[in-house]
Amino acid sequence: MSHAELQALRNVLVKSKEYNSAKVFVCAGGGCIASGSKKVKDAFVSQLAKKGLNEKLNIIETGCLGPCAVGPVVVIEKDDTFYQKVRVQDVKDIVEKHLIGGNVVESLLHTVEEKKVSKRSELPFFKNQDKQVLRNCGKIDPTKIADYIAVGGYRALSKVLTAMTGEQVVQEVTISGLRGRGGAGFPTGTKWGFARKSKDDTKYILCNADEGDPGAFMDRSILEGDPHSIIEGMIIGAYAIGSSQGYVYVRAEYPLAVERLQIAIDQARTFGLLGKNILGTGFNFDLEIRKGSGAFVCGEETAIITSIEGNRGEPRHRPPFPAEKGLWNKPTVLNNVETFSNIPLLINEGGAHYAEKGTEKSKGTKIFALAGPVKISGLVEVPVGTPLRKVVYDIGGGISTGKKYKAAQIGGPSGGCIPVEHLDVPLDYEALNKLGAIMGSGGLIVMDESSCMVDVARFFLEFVQDESCGKCVPCREGTARMKQIVDRICEGKGEMKDIDELEVLAKTVTNASLCGLGQTAPNPVLSTLRHFREEYIEHIRDKKCRTAVCKELIVFEILDVCNGCQACKKVCPVNAIHGEKKLHHTIDEAECIRCGLCLSTCKFDAIVKY
Amino acid sequence: MAKVEKCSCGDDEAVLLERLVEIISSFKTKPGALIPVLQATQSLFGYIPQEAILKISEILNEPLHKVYGVITFYSFFSLKPRGKYLIRVCLGTACYVQGANEIVTALKQQLNIEIGETTPDKLFTLDVGRCFGACGLAPIIMVNDDVHQFVKPSGVKKILGAYKKNKEVNQEEET
Repeated sequence: MSHAELQALRNVLVKSKEYNSAKVFVCAGGGCIASGSKKVKDAFVSQLAKKGLNEKLNIIETGCLGPCAVGPVVVIEKDDTFYQKVRVQDVKDIVEKHLIGGNVVESLLHTVEEKKVSKRSELPFFKNQDKQVLRNCGKIDPTKIADYIAVGGYRALSKVLTAMTGEQVVQEVTISGLRGRGGAGFPTGTKWGFARKSKDDTKYILCNADEGDPGAFMDRSILEGDPHSIIEGMIIGAYAIGSSQGYVYVRAEYPLAVERLQIAIDQARTFGLLGKNILGTGFNFDLEIRKGSGAFVCGEETAIITSIEGNRGEPRHRPPFPAEKGLWNKPTVLNNVETFSNIPLLINEGGAHYAEKGTEKSKGTKIFALAGPVKISGLVEVPVGTPLRKVVYDIGGGISTGKKYKAAQIGGPSGGCIPVEHLDVPLDYEALNKLGAIMGSGGLIVMDESSCMVDVARFFLEFVQDESCGKCVPCREGTARMKQIVDRICEGKGEMKDIDELEVLAKTVTNASLCGLGQTAPNPVLSTLRHFREEYIEHIRDKKCRTAVCKELIVFEILDVCNGCQACKKVCPVNAIHGEKKLHHTIDEAECIRCGLCLSTCKFDAIVKY
Repeated sequence: MAKVEKCSCGDDEAVLLERLVEIISSFKTKPGALIPVLQATQSLFGYIPQEAILKISEILNEPLHKVYGVITFYSFFSLKPRGKYLIRVCLGTACYVQGANEIVTALKQQLNIEIGETTPDKLFTLDVGRCFGACGLAPIIMVNDDVHQFVKPSGVKKILGAYKKNKEVNQEEET
């Protein structure tokens, strides 16, 4: 296919009946599929067929629409109605009452301040976002290349291949101020420039789709919802640096992402957008998927490269940097999924226009994966520099449990916690660094007062210790020793000097580790020590966990309301509960293993822990 | 690239081994073939048997220590057969702060096994995972490829029951 043919195809598609028929969007993102959206889609198809409407209406299975917690979600395009928690049995109502009768089905609408809101654009969750990178996610069928082309897909590629030199592409990316969205925030244009300068004939371009950060799912959503934008971004990158082969390293935990990306790659190849002589311009580039096999460290630049080569995914020394000597010792550029998805956007609108959004040093928008006890968790895109409060409260709707906000953990195991006094921090690279957190890949987990911050630190230490590749001692041993100390504190066996020791160890691990995993592993500890030090002290001095999370410090008690039903006694695995039938029971603290089964079993709220 | 079929547990391993040899040979010229080959092996057998390791080492011309080294590095590869249903509890941050640990406790108790073990009837293997990227639905567990969302410790029994029932149905079909 040539440049002109692509243009002609787009024109045909835009005028086509299918493109112009009314659409019903059914979310087929990973979250909504888990909630049963496939069956909802099938129900729509059969209901519409029954009513003879299948010619007029187009049911589209889209990628993630955003608010995963209220799935399956459905959007009716013509009046922008947003339906949540749609079950198969609701579909008949939607078809008969809404699509035929013209009246919205109130019971499936989202409630905002006790009022039902029908339009998606009026819902706070959507209204307060600025979807740029996610522009197509939730609007197109990710398994159809025609859908992507119709909304302007591969236009940027055409522009680059027919009207720009590689140097100009690098320049445009530099002007845009785009920084790597994988976490470190390195200027993308600079990285591409390094690889372009290299004289080698063989160069590689890699996409990091390993997204191992706990609490992050934005890359997953782009892969599942708009895979062609990644492919387009990669081809443009390849042209800019002079590469003819690329790899996408996707984690095996994302089978749907792998499937949809593979479909997209095959389609692009069929359309002449991958392979030899792309768009008739003589440029050759092809793409292959390599699946990860479950190792967090393989999200690290040099570890991914080592893994694609077929080895244990251990990181390497830098320098030489991958831009000089990367995959099979050839110049290599590695960017994250979200970074590549930004490329078509910034090429289409121009680097300078792209740079109008964001802050002085960080441009564009950033996608966050909002999770934890917030009212609407899901995928959120806002301009860089948007205050955290806006994301948690205006978009996420605030805390869902009725408890108070305590912290937001941002940036995964390399990040930190933002306490309530810093809720207005702008979400940009520099401001977050100042608070001891990082932007990271964008995992944003809100915690309410029921979370113990010492336990959170323990959680991350366990994570990094488990996932450390073991190559270098500071990371392998340092994180293990740190975990031992925090374990001790959580068990009520800590001493005051432990805090100093943690800080010393943290410094060593940070300074002496080989790769990013080790260098940032102490961050959650340092950050909780900085903002929640008094909780550590309470654990050590008072032998108390104020949230009743740390098992060894909890006490279970049966209150007077106990009617002696014996349900708790039956589930107790160690027979620590005593008492006759119909009489008040007691728990023997010495025998109790604090598993909490009694608490979750009691139907009379007669058991408390503190 | 040879098409990799889904786990065919129950098939004669000798037949599977023959199929594996074809797969390995088709990957032979590919750079960095070892990991894709191991992935194919894992989905073919449900684990990586010793005979397969010997074949892989021989055909790809990779030293045995390297093949073992790679297998033990990545959590997706298993040297031991797994149960029919691999249950993985997500211990990502969102799931963790919303009580995933209590689900692990409940599963251990219900299945009477520890993490990494398989029930004597070979039906369930219990494992934990590090974030499946479905944080909006936390806490979640995955049973093979099925995602169960907003799981409560008290709901674990019902989930297991559905898979156990499935087993009985299959057995009835077989007899």
